[in-house]
Amino acid sequence: MRTVRISDDALARACGADAVAAEFARRGATVERVSSWGMHWLEPLVEIEGEGWGPVTADDVAAILDGTCDKAIDRIADHPFMADQQRLTFARAGKTRPLSLADFAATGGWAALERARAIGPATVVEEVIASGLRGRGGAGFPAGIKWRTVADTPGARKYIVCNADEGDSGTFADRMLMEGDPFALIEGMAIAALAVGAQRGYIYVRGEYPDAIRKLEAAIPLAAPRISPFEIEVRVGAGAYICGEETSLLNSLEGRRGEVRAKPPLPAIAGLFGCPTVVNNVLTLAAMPHILAEGGAGHYGGLGFARSRGTMPIQLAGNIRHGGLYETAFGVTLDELVHGIGGGTASGRPVKAVQVGGPLGAYLHPDQFDIAFDYESYTAADALIGHGGITVFDDRTDMGAMARFAMQFCAAESCGKCTPCRIGAVRGVAVIDRIRAGGRSPEGLECAPQMHNSRKTGRSQAEEVTLLEDLCETMTYGSLCALGGFTPFPVLSALKHWPEDFGLAPQSGKGMAEQTHGI
Amino acid sequence: MAGADLDDILARHLGREGALLPILRDVQVAFGCVSPASEAAIALALNLSRAEVHGVVGFYHDFAAERDPRPEVQICRAEACQARGVEALISGAQAAAGERVLLRTVYCLGLCSVGPSARVGDALHARLDAEGLRRLIEAA
Ligand SMILES: Cc1cc2nc3c(=O)[nH]c(=O)nc-3n(C[C@H](O)[C@H](O)[C@H](O)COP(=O)(O)O)c2cc1C
Ligand code: SF4
Ligand code: FES
Repeated sequence: MRTVRISDDALARACGADAVAAEFARRGATVERVSSWGMHWLEPLVEIEGEGWGPVTADDVAAILDGTCDKAIDRIADHPFMADQQRLTFARAGKTRPLSLADFAATGGWAALERARAIGPATVVEEVIASGLRGRGGAGFPAGIKWRTVADTPGARKYIVCNADEGDSGTFADRMLMEGDPFALIEGMAIAALAVGAQRGYIYVRGEYPDAIRKLEAAIPLAAPRISPFEIEVRVGAGAYICGEETSLLNSLEGRRGEVRAKPPLPAIAGLFGCPTVVNNVLTLAAMPHILAEGGAGHYGGLGFARSRGTMPIQLAGNIRHGGLYETAFGVTLDELVHGIGGGTASGRPVKAVQVGGPLGAYLHPDQFDIAFDYESYTAADALIGHGGITVFDDRTDMGAMARFAMQFCAAESCGKCTPCRIGAVRGVAVIDRIRAGGRSPEGLECAPQMHNSRKTGRSQAEEVTLLEDLCETMTYGSLCALGGFTPFPVLSALKHWPEDFGLAPQSGKGMAEQTHGI
Repeated sequence: MAGADLDDILARHLGREGALLPILRDVQVAFGCVSPASEAAIALALNLSRAEVHGVVGFYHDFAAERDPRPEVQICRAEACQARGVEALISGAQAAAGERVLLRTVYCLGLCSVGPSARVGDALHARLDAEGLRRLIEAA
């Protein structure tokens, strides 16, 4: 009988893939559990000899087997969502069994590591620099330069730390990569180790990803002989968003509170246990097998837009019809992503706002949708691409509430090390509440004659807005890390584009929030 | 009893680099909390002060000082799930949970294209509507 391929990715499973697989098996079919293609609205997606059906339930199985199911999408690889992608990091997505060494080797696995061993560390670093790859975790720092710093720093012990904390809402590419192609990440880490002379690697995975943890723990012993003497261990986070920040992550790995460290020293010079350490995102490391393949660096560097080279696994999330993973060269516009590829909202209503780059990313207004997917273009628009998550909101969204949520999230997740973030975020929630309530007048104890220093006059709504802008400026310039420093992006962008959602006159927010930052 | 299990956990991790987090995690999983007594035993084993261990326990959302015996359902209320309507499900979820089930807010389960999503144990659930979430909570 024909082989039926169904993903065992956590998202496919959350949508019911296990029950579908069990039903096929019950009917005598041979079922292979593979990685996910990334067409999430079609999960559970069933593939038989290249043809696809989705989203499938156990009730559809009989009809698929006898050829009468109306959920056919024809050839998966030719689907419009797939056909125009440039899948380099996700080349194996949908095609291989995640824990099959045979599948991995048959699709070019280990070739880059072998080649890296042959060309030697110095050439590896040069090629990574030449590829133009920038860190995919958010900051966009050139990966090759970081590696060169670690390689050039003397140290008896060096570490490779893979940042798999992926806390940003609207992102799931790290998860998909770890679950779908764990050996590619391991190969990338082994290449990094070779390049800088590291003996040990850690993958710091957030606890919210049980499937990824399980897959990695199964994959590492299988791959151990290939990467020896380099060794990799999985460490699991404990529910702190800030531990995605690299120095907080290092403290957490060392068994400390996940407080952010002041830089310098850079982790590349004094990182884990004070040793030179490469900290890279999952996607940065998983891009290495392509880059280190013969001619890979040139190919990768030849793709992209301005100083953003190569491809980005973009994640389409939130209220979007065709949500999922879309890997493509930099330069694609937001309009293409949201309205073209994504098909608009899932609810069928107009798009109101799009948040790019997770909780610290700006809300973009449809007027700005011609912006190209590129680090510098987003920075120029007071926005960021971050880890490449795109979250779509429809016209029912209250952007004042979203701004408040941004402050609330910052307050909940602050590591507490610096005041603008720890206190500012709490104040930010209160100020937004007061703006939305139309200002405030002094009350209770404040009015008592003994309270000489308390303010006896109220604050108008406009004054509260000024206060919020001041607060955001303090957070922007006074915070030690990007949690406090970037939370003003979602807040001020919401205020600027949707003042009516703060109870302000439409347009009165324009011009405000204009003077913001250039970080 | 518990003391023996804690010794097992300590024995498993002692000598590892940065052993404290893996120990706390296993303790939290095994006992549903990291109690003051566990903190003291861990501090002794790792040659740390109790204050240091307590400070670490207090920092992370996943470690609780006291065990809550109720079944737990985690609901994602981060931006992408908000965009897909999770907030409208919360009051119904609270009604279904009552005092019997512990509802915990989490921020993102990596299912942001198919939310609202929830987690019970290691099982993930997506595309939840009011009815689906209610059934999930009742079965917890
Ligand atoms: C609040 C905060 C959260 C972060 N979360 C993550 C994360 O979840 N994953 C990640 O790779 N980088 C995250 N970063 C960025 C890291 O600090 C760091 O830049 C990155 O891991 C470096 O790897 P890369 O150069 O490969 O991107 C975060 C930064 C901040 C300030
Ligand atoms: S900005 Fe916030 S999270 Fe970052 S170091 Fe300061 S207190 Fe910690
Ligand atoms: S935002 Fe809910 S799963 Fe990511």
